[in-house]
Amino acid sequence: MTKIKKIPSSEITPEHIYNDRRNFLKNLGLIVSSTALSTFTNKSFAALSALPSFIQSKEHKNEKLSSLKDITSYNNYYEFGTSKSDPHEHADLLKVDPWSISIEGSVTKPLTLDIDELIKLIPIEERIYRLRCVEGWSMVIPWVGLPLNALLKKVSPTSNAKYVEFISLKRPSEMIGQKDDMLDWPYTEGLRLDEAMHPLTILAVGLYGKVLPKQNGAPIRLVVPWKYGFKSIKAITKIKLVEKMPTTTWMKANPKEYGFYANVNPEVDHPRWTQATERRIGESLLAPRLKTRMFNGYQEEVAHLYQGMDLDRYF
Amino acid sequence: MKFNQTYVKRLIFILSLWPLLSISINIFQDTLGANPIEFIERHFGKWTLIFLCLTLSMTPLRRITNISQWILYRRMLGLFVFFYASIHLLCYIALDYHFDWVDIKNDIIKHRYVLVGFLAWLLLLPLAITSSDKMIRKLKANWKLLHRLIYVIAILGVLHFIWLVKKDITEPLIYAAIVSILLILRLNILRRKKL
Repeated sequence: MTKIKKIPSSEITPEHIYNDRRNFLKNLGLIVSSTALSTFTNKSFAALSALPSFIQSKEHKNEKLSSLKDITSYNNYYEFGTSKSDPHEHADLLKVDPWSISIEGSVTKPLTLDIDELIKLIPIEERIYRLRCVEGWSMVIPWVGLPLNALLKKVSPTSNAKYVEFISLKRPSEMIGQKDDMLDWPYTEGLRLDEAMHPLTILAVGLYGKVLPKQNGAPIRLVVPWKYGFKSIKAITKIKLVEKMPTTTWMKANPKEYGFYANVNPEVDHPRWTQATERRIGESLLAPRLKTRMFNGYQEEVAHLYQGMDLDRYF
Repeated sequence: MKFNQTYVKRLIFILSLWPLLSISINIFQDTLGANPIEFIERHFGKWTLIFLCLTLSMTPLRRITNISQWILYRRMLGLFVFFYASIHLLCYIALDYHFDWVDIKNDIIKHRYVLVGFLAWLLLLPLAITSSDKMIRKLKANWKLLHRLIYVIAILGVLHFIWLVKKDITEPLIYAAIVSILLILRLNILRRKKL
């Protein structure tokens, strides 16, 4: 039901309309109707004004997309402050052009390239994913990005590569939340190599058919839909293939509460928030909470990665 | 003088309704943000703590200013603590959890911030029930003893906020500081009484 299928471009109808009628997009993301998408996020859009054409997703017809306004105004991005509204207010200070991202470590062909080069190297496509925050809320987000495995194949990981470490940017002059030592900057995340190679794992460069807004992690961020949102690191500058399990930022901040895996799991509770249910952002005031699904509903695709593992221990 | 006090009391009562008015404005203007239930819950939680601090300020203010009038407003402010704490709890039970008692029970057992918050509300109940003049007369010396529970409630209320927050505990620490000062002032009063 949630499988991502590659759709041949011949099947795409030019006037494809999202199931959320208020937020539709026209002309394969090349030109976005300025009236349909509010100017709400314009100030935070990166220097690039358009994405090249991409394959659109036809999935999640049964789930309503979260509104662009909610996706871009309710964010956890401590680099810009700890309140949900801080990223929307402060992210426009960040300069994302020029930007380079390097893929290095245990690889035979390391790469350093900018975002333009990257999206020329690997075709981008739309992926509509649920995003489940560890705090107990969720959204449905139409990302545009590229499969991480396609990029990792380009650098040829050596046999020493067991994990992938992701490192974000540390630039307190533009990321004003970094003026406090709230977390150990720069934000660092990690995946096991097989998780990183999973076809659902993407690097996102766009949202709602447009260039990724800064508060959502421009110019490039990770999206791992079966894990809690904090795994999906924003503003990536470095991807490093390593032998040992990296210690992630939240593991350092609070090892009892945040593990390396952070798979969405309604059975493994968090000391602070219930993980059995979630509140879907954008629903009416009277809507009930939804039951959280194992691996955020991507069980069919990812459960095999964790076969035989004690998920209580490796939370 | 009597006339004056009645007016002040009425004024405080009307001002104390501000949290209800301000959230109504938010609801009608649709400015509750992406997570409206969280917004409403936090709003009433915050105002419960504010009224708790106000209630606890009346006794020290009487000492410091030497004006006994302050004490006349303490009961009303205390009842507003109960009022806003109850709305806060009702939002959690009805809006957030849709009266799903199993989920609510699990949330209380498994999460210490929920547990202390719930405990604080439970302890407020007997104080609200025994707030009338009749009950004060009936309970005599025990009334004073019983109403010292407010100190425990204040500590639980602040813990509820501290334990809820993921990382940035600046705001809960402000309440912790205010409550600490208000409680320390009482220790001094007790000590002076003994001397």
